[in-house]
Amino acid sequence: MSTILKGGTDSGSERLSDQVIRIDVRSERQIQLLQALETEEEFELDFWLQPVSTELPVDIRVPRSSLSSVKEYLHVHDIPFTVMIDNLQELLNQEKAEMEMNQMSEHSTRSFNFGAYHNLETIYSWMDTLVAQHPNVVTKLEIGRSYENRPMYVLKFSTGGSKRPAIWIDLGIHSREWVSQATGVWTANKIANDYGHDASLTSLLNTMDIYMLILANPDGYVYTHTNDRMWRKTRSQNPGSVCRGVDPNRNWDAGFGGPGASSFPCSDSYHGPFAHSEIEVKNVVDLVKGHGNFKAFISVHSYSQLLMYPYGYSCSSIPHQSELDSIGKAAVEKLTSLYGTQYKVGSICNIIYQASGGSIDWSYDMGIKYSFAFELRDTGRYGFILPAAQIIPTASETWLALKHIMEYVRDHLY
Amino acid sequence: MAKRQLNPNYYEARRAAQVVFIYLNTRYGSPYKLFGLQTVYSATVEEVGDSGRKYQLKLSVQEIPTDATEKCSAEVFFQRGGKQSPPQVQVLGLKELLKIKTKAKEEALYQKYKAKDPLLSVQYLPDSQGNMDPDMEPFWYLCIAASSFIMLSESTENTLYNMAQVASLTQLPTENNQLKFDSLILLHDIVSQEIPRWKLLFTWSPAEGVKVLQMEQQPRRNG
Repeated sequence: MSTILKGGTDSGSERLSDQVIRIDVRSERQIQLLQALETEEEFELDFWLQPVSTELPVDIRVPRSSLSSVKEYLHVHDIPFTVMIDNLQELLNQEKAEMEMNQMSEHSTRSFNFGAYHNLETIYSWMDTLVAQHPNVVTKLEIGRSYENRPMYVLKFSTGGSKRPAIWIDLGIHSREWVSQATGVWTANKIANDYGHDASLTSLLNTMDIYMLILANPDGYVYTHTNDRMWRKTRSQNPGSVCRGVDPNRNWDAGFGGPGASSFPCSDSYHGPFAHSEIEVKNVVDLVKGHGNFKAFISVHSYSQLLMYPYGYSCSSIPHQSELDSIGKAAVEKLTSLYGTQYKVGSICNIIYQASGGSIDWSYDMGIKYSFAFELRDTGRYGFILPAAQIIPTASETWLALKHIMEYVRDHLY
Repeated sequence: MAKRQLNPNYYEARRAAQVVFIYLNTRYGSPYKLFGLQTVYSATVEEVGDSGRKYQLKLSVQEIPTDATEKCSAEVFFQRGGKQSPPQVQVLGLKELLKIKTKAKEEALYQKYKAKDPLLSVQYLPDSQGNMDPDMEPFWYLCIAASSFIMLSESTENTLYNMAQVASLTQLPTENNQLKFDSLILLHDIVSQEIPRWKLLFTWSPAEGVKVLQMEQQPRRNG
């Protein structure tokens, strides 16, 4: 046997690579011959499919230096074969490239699943890919840290300028309102992708900036994943109480401590020891005051299907009541046009309840005229635990309302 | 005191209307039938001497599995003294939605679970993502119907209740031909934003409907 199987140079063209050959075994004799071949260590054959029966093919990876000898052996013994993989190295290179592309696209926003609820780590890492994919329009700013020292990130959509008139959008300040954060993720992606393609959004971003805080309460959000799906507040410690957290939307300096907020630390609407006691609120206040040129301030909550304007701390009408009411009604008309989802429009105090210390009351009293609060789907059937399948429909319809408000602001700068 | 017209979009009318369909769910709720609020068209409120306040509403109600709606009128009377007695509700003109047939499905479910072995035991309906096994949906409806008894007794002019989640549902052996369940229910009151937790022991059969045996509020979760 070994006299025939001599290592020798290839008579044909230079082979640059190993090959994989397949033998369709016909007889027991052929099996024996292949088993004998397998024992020839100097050829370093790698049998991908062993010679075991006439029912099954035999696949052999043959190193390039052994190719001519092995093929000679098979010819001599009348064992037909086919070359399955002509150039193994090339195939391996291709597969590696494909895998790398798949890995990249898994991390890219193109295949990010916007129709699912994600945890904080996933959302934060997605933010980085969004910025990497749209560097001309999105940057990520750390505006401070949460009580438990998590970074708070704002996505800034801007095409340049310096402190251009800006629109503020915050989401998820009440951590259990998961469709809010999920809507933020979808919307950020929408804005980044529509720039340069949608005329209206492009014109908006050519003159204004959009600041979006997707996780306004990072500690609470983590807690809804790890401990209590129904957690609403921050996670700050309240001295002298076993109960943690302050309702961050009763903590703003607007009628602070008034009706509609509790002074009891265990309450889900506890206003906190003093206005802006919560670092999560303070970080936003400092940014907005420091910037000085916000023209609109929008807070996104769930649930109840409402679009509201100030005040919550008082039931008296604001000076711009009729203007905000008509913007709200037009925005809701656009929202409803997509799937028929019904929304109500009005001031917080009239529509849901008197509630002091709220964010849009603060922003309005700071002079940011176009202050609105959304309560997204639904009206109570699922409530906070809105099925993930409704995330994209909710975000899509809400976008039409948001866009209307932003376009109005663009066209009525003050 | 004279009748006062209310804005049907504002909270006073909305809270009274919520009580209407909570009441309907105590009367007619089943694994295959629930009611929800569609729209409030008009609302008035008046003081009734010293005993309380009466709301009169024209609204449309939705039957949840089929999404069919029907207009009706309702009266909700909140007695002075808050939670001492539950609000009294009367609904007039609801005909078509009550005719929707669910008896066959209810009977099939009842027979399936009457001698169930092992007994049903499930946690978190729906789960955190809002999803549930389709086989569990009738039990989610049943819990909404049963917890409506709690919500009705707790409702005032200063509450707006929904069931937030079923934390756990455990079937107990069938008793007197009624399916029997022990449950931990999480409610949500929009006005206070609290999540009251209630232990609820109840029975159900197609013939008898939902009957509450015991309801007990649980202490707040530590956290």
